[in-house]
Amino acid sequence: MISVESLTKTYGRFTAVDDVTFTAATGRVTGFLGPNGAGKSTTLRILTGLTPATAGTATIDGRRFADLPNPGREIGVLLDASAQHAGRTGREILTIAQRTMGLPKSRVQEMLDLVSLTAEEADRRVRNYSLGMRQRLGIATALLGDPHVLILDEPANGLDPAGIRWMRDLLRGYADRGGTVLLSSHLLHEIEVIADDLVVIGNGRIVAQGTKTDLLATVGTVTRAKDRAALSRALEEAGLDHTVHPDGSVHTDATTDQVGEVALAAGLALTELRHADGAGLEEMFLELTAQTQREGVAA
Amino acid sequence: MSTTVLEPTVGGPTSGDSTATVVRPRAAAARIPLTRIVGVELRKMFDTRAGFWLMASIVITSLLATAALIVFAPDDALTFDNFAAAIGAPMTVILPMIGILAVTSEWSQRSGLTTFTLIPHRGRVLGAKFLAALVVGIVAMFIALVVGTLGTLLGSVVTGLDPVWNATVSEFALIVVGSVLGMLFGFMLGVLIRNSAGAIVAYFVYTLVLPPLLGLLASTQQWFADLQPWVDYGFAQAPLFNGTVTSEQWQQLAVSGTLWFLIPLAVGLVIVRRSEVK
Repeated sequence: MISVESLTKTYGRFTAVDDVTFTAATGRVTGFLGPNGAGKSTTLRILTGLTPATAGTATIDGRRFADLPNPGREIGVLLDASAQHAGRTGREILTIAQRTMGLPKSRVQEMLDLVSLTAEEADRRVRNYSLGMRQRLGIATALLGDPHVLILDEPANGLDPAGIRWMRDLLRGYADRGGTVLLSSHLLHEIEVIADDLVVIGNGRIVAQGTKTDLLATVGTVTRAKDRAALSRALEEAGLDHTVHPDGSVHTDATTDQVGEVALAAGLALTELRHADGAGLEEMFLELTAQTQREGVAA
Repeated sequence: MSTTVLEPTVGGPTSGDSTATVVRPRAAAARIPLTRIVGVELRKMFDTRAGFWLMASIVITSLLATAALIVFAPDDALTFDNFAAAIGAPMTVILPMIGILAVTSEWSQRSGLTTFTLIPHRGRVLGAKFLAALVVGIVAMFIALVVGTLGTLLGSVVTGLDPVWNATVSEFALIVVGSVLGMLFGFMLGVLIRNSAGAIVAYFVYTLVLPPLLGLLASTQQWFADLQPWVDYGFAQAPLFNGTVTSEQWQQLAVSGTLWFLIPLAVGLVIVRRSEVK
């Protein structure tokens, strides 16, 4: 289990991580979600001993990372897939890690097979790798020591949809066998398919955390009718608060049952009637993102 | 119309290609021994194209220097000490570069992110790099010894004169010390600057720009001429390459070495231990 308690990191007057507390439970995939620059990477670097914390503690099974005698055998870390010596081959990078951890030589080939890097690719220098290949190599390095905890920063970056699916299956299987996974992402939809629990961070502070089911729980209903004005009137008469979105859909806190009955009573043909998506989380996330995103700059 | 049903992935051995063992905490693994880290650091000095050729250049330049001496030098100059000097010259440039790059590549190439998470003790990693650099430096000097010996023998065959063995074991030992000190100076610059280009530039400023300036100062200011052996590290190292070192010269080496090597190294180590690895 990973536990982060009251973690704070300041750079001069700038607070990158502000009193962050969360846990990543054993046997679960915890998604660490936040827009770029929210403090995700800083938190993960503190957790792995690369950056000193200003205040607070970060421990893994009760121990600080620096106190682990051979960290690679217990905790697999991938912070930046591009942070490798460009002149080494993929196989050589794995071999260095294998020797450092004191593992049998055969482990290197096992990992190359696991992440589907071919022999030809493994003998290529990393400067010639695509980002997706670097991510696979990084995952191989992280899993090399057969750790029981995985800490991954943006592991899905650069992976194609098949790669993301592969990663999801890999991490799912890993957590189901009792492993702990903490992975970060700035994309809600990407993390939604992998994580069991979510920790959402914005501007260095935790803004939401809980199980994915809870956080994405549906609140309210989305509905449409050919005669939107009549639908609006009917809902108003039934005393149901609602908002009409620009795309013509009507959102209300009422259940689908209630809306269906109102429409039937008013004799309206609905063209859409469904539970709202995890709009709460998504909207909150967009709000967070909006503060840091440079919208308006033509891409 | 076809329907695709996406099965939710259930864990266990069926979930694809992952190893089917149960992931669980194990008894604490043994601490990584220093000898293993030194071995890995030695490997890392050779396993890139740049690193490999840097190492190979030790052998290549000593062979070239030997060949050049045999071809161009007058017959009576084909003595062992001249071979040693010819081979030693490129060595004094290459060894410090190896010392610099052993440290700076972790930052310039960002491989430190992996290195320092596998071994979360920067002092141990740098200690291992120091020892690895030392090993390379000493081995390089023995390669120079072998090539110099062969050159002297070959020279005597070419000229028909008897080989001249005019260097003693103690002279050779002093040259080894001098070369290794040069290499460790590079290592120190690597620790202090942590950027390949910056450290290399600093090294050439120190070896090429500084000595003439200090020499000029010494030739015009008597007080500095008296002080120079005590504060000029390069100046204090010169006796190592001239065969004999007096006890006063050893003291001068110790004093100037503290100023130019030990103190900056200590500062660099403190910075490295506190700095962030990004």
